Amino acid sequence: MRPVIPYVTAALLFGLGVYGVLRRRNAVLVLMSVELMLNAVNLILVTADTTARAVLPHSGQVFALFVIVLAAAEIGVGLAIVLQLYRLRATVAVDDVPLTEPSDPVGGREPVVLESEAGR
Amino acid sequence: MTGADVLLLALGAVAVGAGVLVVTTKHLVRAGLYLVVCLGALAGDFLVLSAELVAWVQVLIYVGAVVVLLLFAVMLTRAPIGASDDLDRPGWPAALIGGGAGLGLTALLVDAYRWSTVALPAAGTAERLGEQIFQSWVLPFEVLSVLLLSALVGAIVLSRPDIGRAGPPADGRAADLVDSESGGRR
Repeated sequence: MRPVIPYVTAALLFGLGVYGVLRRRNAVLVLMSVELMLNAVNLILVTADTTARAVLPHSGQVFALFVIVLAAAEIGVGLAIVLQLYRLRATVAVDDVPLTEPSDPVGGREPVVLESEAGR
Repeated sequence: MTGADVLLLALGAVAVGAGVLVVTTKHLVRAGLYLVVCLGALAGDFLVLSAELVAWVQVLIYVGAVVVLLLFAVMLTRAPIGASDDLDRPGWPAALIGGGAGLGLTALLVDAYRWSTVALPAAGTAERLGEQIFQSWVLPFEVLSVLLLSALVGAIVLSRPDIGRAGPPADGRAADLVDSESGGRR
């Protein structure tokens, strides 16, 4: 087995993920590109498990499992944020999101402020 | 070139090709479906690399759960059916950074491993990986369970606008506003 083949596959997939995160405007597509990067890392870990002889056997594969769990948690919270953003702004384009405080009327439509909060 | 090499080459080509389509396609739903192809090819790669358990977990969690969640999000955000023209930003900085990262890593790894050969280790079955996880990696495993729980609670708190507020709205008019205001304090 030539380890350079899966290593090169993983490197190219990581580059594609970086490109997708920087290029895409839709937040769901950005999350898909993040998944591409995480999978490239998984492939590197599993391949390193075959090429490097560690003290503990199969530690690369154990780490790959941990990364899969982390990706599942990340996608859950990420999609909650994306859906909340869609409810607030009616768009999921990441460069339409204002970086100022939500009570600031710059960019996007002005959110409604509750009376109980406006007094604070 | 052995059979494993040919399989790795073919599956790697499928994965990279589907990855290119994920980041370039104009159709949101098709991007999710190309992601399925890419992740499935990677699961095949894991099988060839003798990581059996990781391959099946990949199919279960990524292809089964994550992609379905992503497609749900595509539908819940009212994505248009058919091609959309406004999915991309101007591309050359992204191409520069992404291509630089990908090609730089490729050069580094090719230089490190050349055309060398390694023997495949014993297959990573559920029994062997389970022994490792519950003997050497128990503490990270438990920490991950706490992290999953906190991610679950965090997702619920994020998507419920009525949690984390100082108190219930005083009158009915304010209660009507909660839906449209939803989470501005967070």
